[in-house]
Amino acid sequence: MQDKPPKIAGGVFFITGKDFANAGVASCELKSILEKMGVDHGLVRRAAIAAFEAEMNVAIYTPAGMMRYKITPDYIKIVVEDVGPGIENLDLAMTEGYSTAPDYIRELGFGSGMGLPNIKKNTDELKILSIPGSLLQKFLKNTF
Amino acid sequence: MADNMTLNEIKDILQAEVLTSNFDTDMHIEKVCSTDLMSDVLAFSQSGDLLLTGLVDGAAVRTADIAHVKAIVFVRGKRPSKETITLADEKNIPLLATKLSMFETCGRLYVNKLQTSINAG
Repeated sequence: MQDKPPKIAGGVFFITGKDFANAGVASCELKSILEKMGVDHGLVRRAAIAAFEAEMNVAIYTPAGMMRYKITPDYIKIVVEDVGPGIENLDLAMTEGYSTAPDYIRELGFGSGMGLPNIKKNTDELKILSIPGSLLQKFLKNTF
Repeated sequence: MADNMTLNEIKDILQAEVLTSNFDTDMHIEKVCSTDLMSDVLAFSQSGDLLLTGLVDGAAVRTADIAHVKAIVFVRGKRPSKETITLADEKNIPLLATKLSMFETCGRLYVNKLQTSINAG
């Protein structure tokens, strides 16, 4: 039985597309918040990895987005939303190794087609809403 | 038979230079993740790993922070920026740099019984 955080917390981070100098800052901050709340080490790592992958997706593929989070004694919920262009084929995007990232993204160490599968691996629940040409929403949930 | 090493022993074996002001000589390392792909660190590394990489971008430090990587060794003589070193000090992640290739770095640690954290299959 994992220790539960004693209180409820929530917040929002804004993510700027192509700003690779600051990509991942939101997830690092969220990880720090979870640690300060005393959340179990393993669960912090899973939630932080899922959040980081989702944040990097926004930085790589979209002009802008935001990450909202809510931490309760029962769950960690993270919603990452961006302004598009969305994903045409979600099944394909969930396939390990499938990527549309350009070479300069790979030179930064990302874009190997592991992002969405790794988000799924590190969450208890994952829902993705894609409206091609408009937006992408990822709903991540980990329970205690 | 050594199945873990201190960061100081690793520094000596790799003839590495310490880049951060934060350097815990007694930090124990058991497993190693070697890759230039941060996606692979996120997907396959284990908590407490030592990361060997040629990627010196700040993303390497943030990825290490997220994945609970204990320390980073930059290989092939790569040097991070001052900003990246400052970020690592803030995150309490020691940075080292060696002129050795990735192959030789892995080899020297492997013969000293450190294990890979990434298992194929």
